[in-house]
Amino acid sequence: MSAVDVILAIPAISALILALLPSYKLAARLNVLSSGLTLGASIAPFFDRPPTTALLLIDDFNIYLVALTAFVGFTTSLFSARYVLHEVAIGRLVPRFLRFYHAMYQGFMLTMLLALTANNLGVMWVAIEGATLTTVLMVGLYRTHEAIEAAWKYFILCGVGIALALFGTTLMYLAAQPVMGEGLPAMTWSELLPRVGDFSPAILNLAFVFLLVGYGTKVGLAPLHAWLPDAHAEGPTPISAVLSGLLLNVALYVVLRFKMLLAGNPLAVAPGPLMVTMGLASLLLASVMLYRRRDIKRFFAYSSIEHMGIITFAFGMGGALANFAGLLHMTMHSLTKSAIFFAVGHISQVKGTQRIADIRGLTTSQPLLGWALVVGVLAIAGLPPFGVFMSEFLVLTTTFARQPVLALLLLLGLLIGFGALIWRLQGLAFGPGEGGEKASSVALLPLFVHFAMVLAAGLYLPGPLVLWFQNVARLLG
Amino acid sequence: MPSFINPAYDTAHLLDTAVLMLSFALLYQRRLFAVLTIYAWQALFLAAAAAWQASAQGAPHLYITAGIALVFKAIVIPLALHRIIVSLEIHRNIETALGVGATLAVGVALVALSILLVLPVTTASGALTRESLAAALSVVLLGLLMMITRRNAVSQVVGFMSLENGLILAAVGVKGMPLVVELSIAFSVMVAFIIFGIFFFHIRERFDTLDVHDIERFRGERR
Repeated sequence: MSAVDVILAIPAISALILALLPSYKLAARLNVLSSGLTLGASIAPFFDRPPTTALLLIDDFNIYLVALTAFVGFTTSLFSARYVLHEVAIGRLVPRFLRFYHAMYQGFMLTMLLALTANNLGVMWVAIEGATLTTVLMVGLYRTHEAIEAAWKYFILCGVGIALALFGTTLMYLAAQPVMGEGLPAMTWSELLPRVGDFSPAILNLAFVFLLVGYGTKVGLAPLHAWLPDAHAEGPTPISAVLSGLLLNVALYVVLRFKMLLAGNPLAVAPGPLMVTMGLASLLLASVMLYRRRDIKRFFAYSSIEHMGIITFAFGMGGALANFAGLLHMTMHSLTKSAIFFAVGHISQVKGTQRIADIRGLTTSQPLLGWALVVGVLAIAGLPPFGVFMSEFLVLTTTFARQPVLALLLLLGLLIGFGALIWRLQGLAFGPGEGGEKASSVALLPLFVHFAMVLAAGLYLPGPLVLWFQNVARLLG
Repeated sequence: MPSFINPAYDTAHLLDTAVLMLSFALLYQRRLFAVLTIYAWQALFLAAAAAWQASAQGAPHLYITAGIALVFKAIVIPLALHRIIVSLEIHRNIETALGVGATLAVGVALVALSILLVLPVTTASGALTRESLAAALSVVLLGLLMMITRRNAVSQVVGFMSLENGLILAAVGVKGMPLVVELSIAFSVMVAFIIFGIFFFHIRERFDTLDVHDIERFRGERR
């Protein structure tokens, strides 16, 4: 049994146990425990790289993302344990649903890790489809009008998205089959990569369009982003944190795997310009939309679209430096945004509302939470000395050197988004505080750990990490 | 002309075309019960197409795909949806966003589009695969069109399932594709989860109707 099997087995077994466990308090603890075990197991491949099999693969690209995913999954489970206790106390959730919620949480972690480690294109697709399945029902967990509408929209849009992705996967097999013959190797990523140069470029192009549109829906790229704000705003906040911090990353990771295949065939269309266009469109659209948001979770959901746009843009530009920046930004955004959602989750519990207009002067009424939000928003807005600044700066400078016009558009989008974040932050955090109810219990530890990591990355990136980023950046082409 | 020489080729085409024709029937049919009946027929022809490919390609695992389509899609799901419709008393006519004529015209255009898209790029593949794939893409796009033009949650789900039929048709038509069975099971699980699980429960509890139009009144933004 290799390390990957263990990483996948822990959430799978936990999901089954949690589905049968009646006590929600025990379930919340077990959820933390099993996420912690998964995190522990995800470190193992760094020391002893598991062999590549026909179905599973650990390489330089995903080894780090697996650890990041397990880490954010663990910290979110800590936050979730406090969060759901409060929700039960105020009667928004009933214990009966929590059993389901915890089982689905582990199921979601399983699908995320499976999508990252899958070597087979079909398994990859099944994992992303499973992620849709587990999160749709969690988004609708509160069963309000808004939650049901959000879940329905999410199901319809992402259902169509993954359907198109399956068609793309079929086309990819069709392209591979004349060269590779029938059977599993023709759908195995690591087998396809060295021989992709012999595939029919026309079919590859068609396949990539379907795959980009299909999986791009899950990344939340404009104009396919409509499900994202609703799903973030109406579900429980821990789910918003893992949707933004993990799912978007993993979906983008899948797109990048296919981009690597396309890059291996010189006659196929260059995937870069397509991704640059979608990335820029997402960035500009989302940063403008930020100004009109009245719901705090919806506000940060749009900020996620903005940042996924930046990351997609960076990978679309390609080249060692832009890819490096994209990878760094992926990590930084994942850590920062999930931490912001931890803060927002507690804030909306303390204040009893998600309306931005009803949340004022947090730094005076709730100093710890208020300042945590200030730090988070400044970090995500891209101010130094946080890691997000570094990655955005890198994307911008490398773009200026190669495509000044695109760089201007990128800068415009960044500034518009920056303005919206700072403008909203003033109202939320400063001014006269309106006392909300006291926070019964706030899990601040995960928040501070995330912020400390983002700050540390902004000040100093450890050598091995830089080396890893550079290696993968070369791999991505 | 291979189509007059090879009976395997003819039969596969016949079944593909039947699935495609039923997609068109779904587009113009306005009564919910009739929509379910047509869907069941489509699943039946899909099962036949999969079984035919299983014997033509000598790929026995495709019989499982055919079996799933036959039992699950052609019988279980339509019966379950039938019960939901009866118990919710929503068997009235469906409002469509576009008229029948316009919808069919768009449908024909989509079929033309998929032929233009698929045939030129797959010149290296066998003729059977190419034409099956064009038919399958048409079914996918028509399912998408049905989801867009319908306002009712049940018919949107039927649109989604007919889209899925197109995907399975594509996967069984491509020679020797691995994991087809697993993929079709994954899809069926999703559909089953959505239908029988919590979803309609929620919607029914909250709205007493399955008209998506009613859900869309709530724009989501809290005021």
